[in-house]
Amino acid sequence: MDLRETAEEAEFRAAARSWLAENVPRGLPSGDTREGFALHLEWERRLFEDRWAVVSWPEEYGGRAASVWQWLAFEEEYYRAGGPQRVTQNGIFLLAPTLFAFGTQEQQDTLLPRMAAAQDLWCQGWSEPGAGSDLASLTSRATRDEAAGGWRLDGQKTWTTRGAFCTHLFGLFRSDPQSQRHHGLTYFLVPLDAEGVTVRGFSRLDGDEGFAEVFFDDVLVPDDAVLGGVGKGWSVAMATTGSERGLTLRSPGRYTAAADRLLDLARAHPGRLDGSLCDRVVQAYVDAEAYRLFTLRQVSDEQAGRTRMGESSLNKLFWSELDIRLHETAQDLLGPEAEREGPWSKGFQFSLSGPIYAGTNEVQRNIVAERLLGLPRK
Amino acid sequence: MFFGLSDEARELRDGVRDVLAGACTPATVRAAWPGGDAAQVDRLWGALGELGLLGLLVPEAAGGLDLGPLVAVAALEEAGYAGVPGPLVETVTVVAPTLAAHELLPDVLAGRIRVAVQTGSDAVPYAAAADAVLQVDGGVRLLVRDDAKLEPVATVDASRALATVVGEGSPLQVDADLLPARLGTAAFLLGLARRQVDLTVAYVKDRKQFGVAVGTFQALKHPLADAVVDTEFAWPAVLRAAQSLADGDPDAALHVAMAKLLASESAYRVSRVCLQAHGAIGYTTEYDLHLFGKRTWALAADWGSPAQLRSELATLLDLNPRSAT
Repeated sequence: MDLRETAEEAEFRAAARSWLAENVPRGLPSGDTREGFALHLEWERRLFEDRWAVVSWPEEYGGRAASVWQWLAFEEEYYRAGGPQRVTQNGIFLLAPTLFAFGTQEQQDTLLPRMAAAQDLWCQGWSEPGAGSDLASLTSRATRDEAAGGWRLDGQKTWTTRGAFCTHLFGLFRSDPQSQRHHGLTYFLVPLDAEGVTVRGFSRLDGDEGFAEVFFDDVLVPDDAVLGGVGKGWSVAMATTGSERGLTLRSPGRYTAAADRLLDLARAHPGRLDGSLCDRVVQAYVDAEAYRLFTLRQVSDEQAGRTRMGESSLNKLFWSELDIRLHETAQDLLGPEAEREGPWSKGFQFSLSGPIYAGTNEVQRNIVAERLLGLPRK
Repeated sequence: MFFGLSDEARELRDGVRDVLAGACTPATVRAAWPGGDAAQVDRLWGALGELGLLGLLVPEAAGGLDLGPLVAVAALEEAGYAGVPGPLVETVTVVAPTLAAHELLPDVLAGRIRVAVQTGSDAVPYAAAADAVLQVDGGVRLLVRDDAKLEPVATVDASRALATVVGEGSPLQVDADLLPARLGTAAFLLGLARRQVDLTVAYVKDRKQFGVAVGTFQALKHPLADAVVDTEFAWPAVLRAAQSLADGDPDAALHVAMAKLLASESAYRVSRVCLQAHGAIGYTTEYDLHLFGKRTWALAADWGSPAQLRSELATLLDLNPRSAT
């Protein structure tokens, strides 16, 4: 065990900290509204200009070739500095790892720099009205058009986060009409300004227009819109969901920073801190630390070649439940003020989505029970 | 940055696992219960001594292995998995290091004598079956059995051999650090939890009702998954606290308290879920689950109960709850 940062890691952290201290914007509105999204894009482009948008990526795509330890340090500093939500996250944290793993050189060279620069803004097209937790039952289809030299997409995706503000969608379509379940699916990369695409935004629980449904009506896309091979969509998509549930999307810095803010809130209101609330504040701090330490263990094991199937489901179950407990505790500390719109009530509402998105926690519990514990599926 | 056990520590841990699989079966754990074959427990302790386990935190010059807190927690987690009866955590973390210059050390390291640890309370775990009691309360004193007045106290886990101890031992000119015992107990608890999960997984795969293995039901899968999540997130906290002890980190007390809180609560939750998943067979003393469940209940409250730990953590985190009036 060696918990010390190397000189290189410490230097990287210091550089990130000082840049963030000078540049993090204050008081940005929610990025899940049209006006807010535009302001967040300015911030994303500012990050990109100074090469802090995608630190773990190779330099030719706008990154700093940061190690995973350096990336974790950046994340910790980002949230500690009060950095806002990353409206580019579904591209840079979910699609990008999949592109690095499965994309052709040409796809990587074309898509990654524009994604890093927040020129192309990506949303996710997984769920459909009839396919949520049971994603493999999806019916949106891709039909081969030899004459046109591409694929025609039809169907509907929904719950697409920030779909109304994004420019591109990555999603799964059934490319083999005879296929069942997770066979015969293909992963497509689709520009949302293509002919036949209709996007309708709608409000999430917190009132922001953060959701969209996306309709595909005979949308023609070229062959190079396929990521990872025709019919390979399921295994390609599973790589993305691993990122979404696990470390890439939800680094520990976000929770340790939130726990620190909760401690500050509790210290600022000693009169409201009865024994039971105090216990819950302590628990939130302990849990955020436990998540951080788990991820350090996880990264170290991964680097040593020790990985387990389904481990990202452990992350997802823990961070989502922890986030709710933490925000519930803050709401209880705020008492009658909790109903007011503000960062804590916003965070509380957002935390409630944690056990739902990225695969419901019920599905994650099945994965833990079946893949990690080896319980029978049927 | 590297977080976790070194390859060397993993090898040692695997070695402990292999030895305990043979030397400490559920029958051995039962032997430590009243009416059991005490000689079987003596043989186990002899095997622990031969393995070097008892001297993991004793300097090599004094006859120990001096492998440090990380190896110690890894070994104690394995000992928890086996349900080793007797004051093992106490011996490894407190007794042997404190008696490093004492004439009794060779007997302690060989597992020929067992020493319980008293830290204030009259009731001392393992004292009823111990050869001596190390009294740590301000100073450090060693009370040998012949000089002690012992009164056994019945306990839920009867292998705990709890007894009230009256008597004052001879003072020793040494200091004793109790923090490692708290951490060692956390590691032992996570081993107990892992054992109960393994027993339960095997059982629910095998047990059929309504024509299928009960392990196919989400009503069992989900609570088991949640319980395992909690233990998975407790173990890294134990490792970090061990490293803090090794480094003399000024926050070691905070880290150890967090580790014990996470371990106590998660292991207790595992014990509840595993009992429920077994149905009636788990609610018997003929089946082995209770051996590990009852030890979990005892240790979850020993060396810092969750309530005490939360209160200590609140102070360490500079939180001042309004006192009830």
